[in-house]
Amino acid sequence: MTAPPRAAPESVAGWGRVPVRPGRVARPERLLLPPGEGIVLPRGLGRAYGDAAVPAREDTLVLATPRADRILDWDPVSGRLTAEAGLSFAEILRLFLPRGWFPPVTPGTKFVTLGGCVASDVHGKNHHRDGSFGGFVERLGLLTANGREIVCGPDLDRDLFLATIGGMGLTGLITEVTLRLRPVETGWIAMETEAVANLERMVEALAASREAWPYTVGWIDCLAAGPALGRGVLMRGRHATRAEVPTGDPRARRALRVPGDAPEWLLSPGAMRAFNGLYYWMKAGRRGGTDGPHRSVVSYESFFYPLDMITDWNRLYGRRGFLQFQCVVPREAGLAAMRELLERIARAGAASFLAVIKDCGPAGPAPLSFPMEGVTLGLDLPHRGPATVELVHALNAVVIAAGGRIYLAKDAVTRPEDFARMMPRLPEWRAVRDHWDPAHRFRSAQSVRLHLTGEPPPARGS
Amino acid sequence: MKAAFVGATRGIGKALARRMAERADALFLLGRDATALTVAARDLEARGARAPVRLGPLDLGDPTGFAAALDAADAALGRFDTLVVTGGLFASQDELAADPAQLQRLLDANFTGTALLCQLAAARLAERGGGIVCAFSSVAGDRARRANYLYGASKAGLSAFLDGLGLAYGDRDVRVVCVKPGFVRTEMTAGLPEPPFAGEADEVAARALRAMDTGRPVVYAPPIWRLIMAVIRALPRPIMRRLRF
Repeated sequence: MTAPPRAAPESVAGWGRVPVRPGRVARPERLLLPPGEGIVLPRGLGRAYGDAAVPAREDTLVLATPRADRILDWDPVSGRLTAEAGLSFAEILRLFLPRGWFPPVTPGTKFVTLGGCVASDVHGKNHHRDGSFGGFVERLGLLTANGREIVCGPDLDRDLFLATIGGMGLTGLITEVTLRLRPVETGWIAMETEAVANLERMVEALAASREAWPYTVGWIDCLAAGPALGRGVLMRGRHATRAEVPTGDPRARRALRVPGDAPEWLLSPGAMRAFNGLYYWMKAGRRGGTDGPHRSVVSYESFFYPLDMITDWNRLYGRRGFLQFQCVVPREAGLAAMRELLERIARAGAASFLAVIKDCGPAGPAPLSFPMEGVTLGLDLPHRGPATVELVHALNAVVIAAGGRIYLAKDAVTRPEDFARMMPRLPEWRAVRDHWDPAHRFRSAQSVRLHLTGEPPPARGS
Repeated sequence: MKAAFVGATRGIGKALARRMAERADALFLLGRDATALTVAARDLEARGARAPVRLGPLDLGDPTGFAAALDAADAALGRFDTLVVTGGLFASQDELAADPAQLQRLLDANFTGTALLCQLAAARLAERGGGIVCAFSSVAGDRARRANYLYGASKAGLSAFLDGLGLAYGDRDVRVVCVKPGFVRTEMTAGLPEPPFAGEADEVAARALRAMDTGRPVVYAPPIWRLIMAVIRALPRPIMRRLRF
């Protein structure tokens, strides 16, 4: 019963469905580094869009963690939770929200594992106030390349801890995570939505909501051009109190399924434009334009995880898949850079449903962590071949010029030299990683593409 | 429920124990690996099982320890009213055919051990007014196939035993549930070619728990396997000889 996990050859892709690479996938209940294995790639629920959890080589052992999901310790007084890395946010919410606890930071899907949240140092709608996920992690259990079990934290093997936060699983196999959940009165969100006429107003509105609202985000129609560039809907929310809400917890809704790969015409620029226009009209136009916020109380699911209601929504992009683009640029450069990005996207007619805009608070201490003080923009780009890839490179150039960076959990195509320009602390991270994994056993298609790993290993030190 | 549980540390057993924990059942965990049992106990407590979840040693291959294990369950739970056995061994036909010692261990655990344990528990439950005995057999026991008749035989014996146990103890309010999972995606089946209608551990657990609550004697999970096995059972032997699976 305790034999090493069996690995079967499989095709592996990220959530964007491109690229697809063969690997050997094991889904063990106990997280071990099987002796005799060479290249290893930890993988959670596969929600990273690009190639972060896609194997670089066919002989890679892809260690999928979701079956290793035991709760190791729970303190109902402080909300301190220790669990195996494969435990998902969906399960944490199902178990602990009825008892009044919520993840301190959540990305836009609950189908993520604790290990994945650490590896990507995920952020959420409360970044301006609370920072990224790594700031709430107290301890990590890690199996390093030489088979050692390491426990690290902000005050314990701090270099390794920080290199692992946002380290894309390249410092070792994350086996256990300790974090503190946030006490909440209800699973409902008191929300305000407000139509915003253009980009400048959107950035202003996000800034104006920073102090009073723990959660803020803007949705923008990135196909609108000219004076309407950046028009959209601002949403802000906070956990509702018991007095404000319907009795009982929000019921988990049944997800819809996408029955198959969507046809190409659904993703044509015309169809996208129609959809985005309709969305804006529904959220804003119907209520008479931009004359003040609309208040409501909604379930945490519809506020934080609207896309989770459609299982396999990535199939809407058809067989060719899609690229996600998410960047953050410093506040000073923010408005001009955002305008240029949106103009380029609008000109290319390349964007899809909606783009998300959000202001970020100060960067955390981890060298590869994505968020930094400024404005972040994220959107899907249906994959139409080399032109789409070229568009991402062009967008990256704008980001670099503005002093910003892109989010590895979304990326599939960025060039290594561009990434190095975006991440001034990359040498620092490399030095720590090379100490713990000198042979670069932990490797993904992404890490090879970005020259984060390679043969022979890059020179030691920074 | 107050359940003595063999096999709660992995796979379908883990999923079933978690479902019982979430409805605040009391659990006593039995198994060979004390470390795995301890971690499972903490996991189940965090999910809502009546705390503390205690544990004791049990090896399905060693019946001499069964009475003591059930005594320990009685002591911890204040008399258990349910026995669940999801534990068991699995190996491929090739491994079992090549290694008689491994084959014997599998037959001992899956049939002899499980039958002796269930028999012992049923007798105790009958004395105290009834209860539930739920054990996991397999669709592999419904008809021998060339590709897995060794494992299948251990489960065929178990299915027949459980059927009889339910008949024999039914009038003393001991309800016996035989769960027959089809192909379920777990660590046990990792790397095996996946047939159509493969199921997930949690859906099998949900059906098993419903069967325990209603006292349904035989439950297939996923349910489509009842139909599949009806067809396979009806195939004439000359056809079975030609099939490769």
